[in-house]
Amino acid sequence: MLDDIIIGQYIERDSFIHSLDPRIKILVIIFFIITIFLINAFTGYLFLAFFILVTVLLSKIKVKYIIKSIRPLIFIISFTLIVHLFMTRGGQIIWEWRFLKIEEEGLRMGLFMSLRLIFLVSYTSLLTLTTSPLALTDGLESLLKPFEKIGLPAHELAMMMSIALRFIPTLLEEAQKIMKAQKARGADFESGNLINKAKSLIPLLVPLFVNAFRRADDLALAMEARCYRGGEGRSRMNALLLVNKDYIVLALSFVYLISVGIFL
Amino acid sequence: MSLINIENLHYRYNSKGNWVLKEVDLEVNSGEFVVIVGHNGSGKSTLAKMLNGLLIPTEGDIEINGRSTKDRDNIWNIRQQVGMVFQNPDNQLIANIVEEDVAFGPENLGLESMKIRDRVDWALKEVGMEEFKRHAPHNLSGGQKQRIAIAGVLAMKPKCLVLDEPTAMLDPLGRKSVISTIEKLNKSLGMTVVHITHFMNEAIKADRIIVMDGGRVALEGTPKDIFAKVNQIKKYNLDLPQVAQLALELQKSGLDLPDDIFEVDRLVNLLCSLK
Ligand SMILES: Nc1ncnc2c1ncn2[C@@H]1O[C@H](COP(=O)(O)OP(=O)(O)OP(=O)(O)O)[C@@H](O)[C@H]1O
Ligand SMILES: [Mg+2]
Repeated sequence: MLDDIIIGQYIERDSFIHSLDPRIKILVIIFFIITIFLINAFTGYLFLAFFILVTVLLSKIKVKYIIKSIRPLIFIISFTLIVHLFMTRGGQIIWEWRFLKIEEEGLRMGLFMSLRLIFLVSYTSLLTLTTSPLALTDGLESLLKPFEKIGLPAHELAMMMSIALRFIPTLLEEAQKIMKAQKARGADFESGNLINKAKSLIPLLVPLFVNAFRRADDLALAMEARCYRGGEGRSRMNALLLVNKDYIVLALSFVYLISVGIFL
Repeated sequence: MSLINIENLHYRYNSKGNWVLKEVDLEVNSGEFVVIVGHNGSGKSTLAKMLNGLLIPTEGDIEINGRSTKDRDNIWNIRQQVGMVFQNPDNQLIANIVEEDVAFGPENLGLESMKIRDRVDWALKEVGMEEFKRHAPHNLSGGQKQRIAIAGVLAMKPKCLVLDEPTAMLDPLGRKSVISTIEKLNKSLGMTVVHITHFMNEAIKADRIIVMDGGRVALEGTPKDIFAKVNQIKKYNLDLPQVAQLALELQKSGLDLPDDIFEVDRLVNLLCSLK
């Protein structure tokens, strides 16, 4: 059950996309998201699909992984589709049965919304698939740095993220261990209705949380012992460095995405 | 001059609580290998945390290279000089790539990137983990994780390593690899080591053993001195090293053996020569 969860799963490849600066990738994603919400015609989505396809090819990541990242959202996507189909009104009636009605506008909005979700998830998953968690947090920290002046704790946020990412496998492993231990004592995690299932998680979650707090305590001590005093005065071994191709990718993506967004 | 100088140290966690450390006077010299033993709750971890200013003495003084831990201006210098390795290997690694974790300390010192890179490579080599530098720590064994933690401290170029039960959560093989790493650092780099442990076997090769009991230094001396005081050791709820225990039993049953046998090889040789 826990093995299915893929969060921030990074796949190491020697590809053009992997070699890009994480800040550039994050910026391109932001343009991409803006474009998604600007587009109002199906041709626009075609252009976006093409953009995704090019990125996937350049990243040497198998399409399988991207589909995998969409799978957990199937429910939300179908839900969005259905709600729009039956609730959004406008245009000609396409289909009718007793009180159920699908109108043109509903179909259009339903498809748009689901496509938006699919594109959004698949493109952001490309970011985490091609960028190591460390590069990702470094990139975020560097992009958020200017906002430190207005009180945004950029370094702390990035440090929190990277520690969270570091501890995900550790906590998953621990959860599995606790589950086994509780099963050995007769705990039942699988049967019963939803409420029973949720209740059965208590003996898993309580020890997990207690341990997590102890870990946090230990980790804070270990960090202090290694002279950690926040972002100030801290340097990096692998400092981020923008090169020509980063600027070119950024410029091209910007022009492509914004023109698709505006004209289609 | 001694590297660590503790004078009349008293400590309690809160102003109404019990004294956890009492009248501790200790000196650790540069290059020395000191092992601290003592049963649960005797104050070993508390003492360890005082050595790099994670805790500050309630009374008395700790000086590292002549600088008091009480002076907050010294604290970063002291933490750089006295590196700490803790018990739980999972709770002291910060990054999800080995070399990034080792770089954490030097990065906090604000060194330039080339220098950090050199130190990281050097430190990983010293602990024999250079081939794992691009690995994720959670895939490594406990012993390997502890060696990464040691490398992380080494990369700050400390004068002294303080290890608080670094082997307590490891299997025998991992324990062996960590101990031999520590011993090697002490011999080849002249690194001062303060090693806290529950395993008496790990105290055999120490220059000096310190026995803690109820927050005080109960005994202090070479392994030979300490293990000769069998009755006192038992009183402090400690055991002899296995081999010493065996030799003692053999002595009791009439074999003519000397007192200072702590190593298997030596016992075997002596037993063979008895025939
Ligand atoms: N954070 C704390 N707050 C209050 N009391 C504490 C705290 N940490 C430890 N103590 C108390 O201080 C005493 C010494 O604890 P310490 O952890 O130093 O012992 P130890 O020798 O390291 O034991 P162990 O062998 O179990 O690691 C114990 O009685 C403990 O209950
Ligand atoms: Mg302890």
